[in-house]
Amino acid sequence: MSVINLTYDVPGDDFTRAGEASGNVKKQLRRLGYNSDAIRRIAIAMYEAEINMVIHADGGEISVEIYPNKIDVKLVDHGPGIPDVEKAMQAGYSTAPDNVRSLGFGAGMGLPNIKKYTDEMKIDTVIGQGTTMYLSVHVNS
Amino acid sequence: MTVKELSEKLNTTILAGDSGLDRDVTGCYIGDLLSWVMGRARENDAWITIMGNINAIGVAVLADTSCIILTENAPLDDIAREKANTQGIAVLTTNENSYNTAIAIYELLKEQ
Repeated sequence: MSVINLTYDVPGDDFTRAGEASGNVKKQLRRLGYNSDAIRRIAIAMYEAEINMVIHADGGEISVEIYPNKIDVKLVDHGPGIPDVEKAMQAGYSTAPDNVRSLGFGAGMGLPNIKKYTDEMKIDTVIGQGTTMYLSVHVNS
Repeated sequence: MTVKELSEKLNTTILAGDSGLDRDVTGCYIGDLLSWVMGRARENDAWITIMGNINAIGVAVLADTSCIILTENAPLDDIAREKANTQGIAVLTTNENSYNTAIAIYELLKEQ
């Protein structure tokens, strides 16, 4: 199977559309016959990262590469950057505003969930310029 | 047990997502913080919550929960209803609280 590339623009500050990209990737992977564990893990990790883009960075771009044995996702935003990545990775730590919390987000579980569900996770962040996150889920057939 | 059978036995009202009523229910999870739920709910859990917004539907889709049960008559907003219908996520509502609903589900699953 050749590599399949998918790209998505994530609009900023629009919670009604947040999750569309990850939902679409999930649908595509189902159609391609990937195992449900891998699909669930990449869909959840990608959704968390997508929500982070909407909450913190006024949106961004996502590119997905689907290989037979892994799914790679790259998320690029031009937001404020993450001042302390180590702290942001701690379960329960959140800088989400109150309006976001009232929607049920902001539990400080986003990055920990991404870590939990992916096989590889890398964050490149520059204050004032943005954040790029690389995620990979390996597929066991 | 299917979502439809669960709904009948719990005497809930179906608010949306009729096409998801044939799904299997094999467990139960209670939570309102979406990321927490997404990280912990298992596939085919009946998800008990008071969050009736569009993002809750998204979480149910991505975490593969069998349905959403809104307890204590927590509202489902219109845009969430629409999304639940297009995504086939059954949303049930009850005036019972989450504790009593979970106990009832436990008893029903035990009989299976």
